[in-house]
Amino acid sequence: MRPAVLTGEHYMTGDVACAEGALAAGCLFFGGYPITPATEVAERMAHRLPEIGGTYIQMEDEIAAMASIIGASCAGAKSMTSTSGPGFSLMMENLGLAVITETPCVVVNVQRAGPSTGLPTQGAQGDMMQARWGSHGDYEIIAMSPASAQEIFYLTIEAFNLAEKYRTPVLIMTDEVIGHMSERVIIPKAREIKTVERVKAKGRKDRFRPYAAGDLGVPPMANAGDGYKIHVTGLTHDEMGYPAMTVEAQYAMMDRLVGKIRNNVKDIIRYEEFMTEDADFIIISYGVSARTGWAAVEEARARGMKVGMLRLITVWPFAEDKIRELAARVKGMVTVEINLGQVHLEVERCVAGRVPVRLVGHPGGTLISPDTVIQTIKQEFGV
Amino acid sequence: MQKLEVIITGFGGQGIVLAGRILGQAASLGDHKESTLIQSYGPESRGGACSAQVIISDGTINYPYVRQPDILAAMSQAGFDKFVNDVRPEGFILIDQDMVKVKGLERDYFAVPSTRMAEELGRKMMANIIMIGFITAVTQSTSLEATRQTVSASVPKGTEEMNIKAFNKGYDYGLSLLKARDKKASGQAGALA
Repeated sequence: MRPAVLTGEHYMTGDVACAEGALAAGCLFFGGYPITPATEVAERMAHRLPEIGGTYIQMEDEIAAMASIIGASCAGAKSMTSTSGPGFSLMMENLGLAVITETPCVVVNVQRAGPSTGLPTQGAQGDMMQARWGSHGDYEIIAMSPASAQEIFYLTIEAFNLAEKYRTPVLIMTDEVIGHMSERVIIPKAREIKTVERVKAKGRKDRFRPYAAGDLGVPPMANAGDGYKIHVTGLTHDEMGYPAMTVEAQYAMMDRLVGKIRNNVKDIIRYEEFMTEDADFIIISYGVSARTGWAAVEEARARGMKVGMLRLITVWPFAEDKIRELAARVKGMVTVEINLGQVHLEVERCVAGRVPVRLVGHPGGTLISPDTVIQTIKQEFGV
Repeated sequence: MQKLEVIITGFGGQGIVLAGRILGQAASLGDHKESTLIQSYGPESRGGACSAQVIISDGTINYPYVRQPDILAAMSQAGFDKFVNDVRPEGFILIDQDMVKVKGLERDYFAVPSTRMAEELGRKMMANIIMIGFITAVTQSTSLEATRQTVSASVPKGTEEMNIKAFNKGYDYGLSLLKARDKKASGQAGALA
């Protein structure tokens, strides 16, 4: 029997590293449905969860998989599912249920080229806007995008920590290349891993108000079966959790739901700057495309071009302030992403015409080459 | 920065991805270099085109796709045809001689009957391990010790001995091929002098 934290040096795929990150974060429930290129996440969890006393269930489809992790989380278990585009579409309805019921959970999307069944074994980043707006209604969501097997290990832990802290679903938006690529992954000792647990309900059980704002606007949570009176519904509800079909209830609930994310973006948003201090041109990228970006920056610098990169680690919520700040001091930007312009639209919105912004996109199935990025910067900005 | 780009290619079922994984893992965990392994295959589980791209480097590997291979190991004709013209002029081309016909290739290459040798050992599916031994001897992309240990750690329990035998066979074949070439080269030099 192996422990939950597999301390040591490994050569593993991003999918396996994601599963190990979940276990290190304390995940004890996985409900899933296999799909290329995310199957290896489920496969690893199916092997590993029974070793540490957790539960793995293969559900009948992705709708049920998403429902199952909400249920497990309501019972107190840190829970996760993984999928790719077609399954992600099916999960959208219940993702909204997790948002409105404020149920912590982690959903991993190992993106492949779409639409529909597309290119099952080849990567893309075409679900980024679906991650933001795929479920109906207004809401805020947290989505993180790892650039290596090592990073997906840590970001999966972070995803669980943010899910618990803010009582929200958190998305890991990775892709086939990261999911199927093998690299060295170093897993630290268990005591070196920082995990966060949801704030639990306290006090008199008959007076508990399950949706009353606590610290950061997040209500403390009672496990089903703890004896607290709780009511969980997808309808607009009041602080007691009861359906309240009024404009005032909708306003108050949405104000807090959206506010708990928007008011804490400084705590949530993570990004990394690479050679931006003196840069004339900035690459904005995330996930596997940031690897194209790093290579492009290094090759551009070797040719005397002052290029830097802003790598979005948290894609949603969007690093608006940082992009506005960069737009005020550079000559141009390019967004590098394996889709035909999604996060790019957000970059354009934030730059608001201050400097020219161009897309280096691709419909999917392959990585974008660093040469294409350099060529675009040369042509579009006349360097 | 030393960087080595490797493509192992064949069809699904030959253990191409496992061969790539052994090389990548030996470089990473055994030789303590950086390494990435990309696996490319189609939706079918057997018979389709399949390739493993391995990059081994002293430094960080950003872009994980092979741009110009230093080493091509081809175990199918389709794979050979697809990648042979991309190999660096000073790079290595290795083939399974019963699976690949080089057809007018105007440069040096190294051939091994890996599938036939595996059949002689009683298991055709060990052709990939023989090829790994051959790559190790001819190109020294990874160290002998790290690669041998990784083979042992990567195959199903109970088959380690058999696979090490296959690895050694490929390695020895590579070494004797190199020796024969050295001899020939020095012989020629002697004749010219």
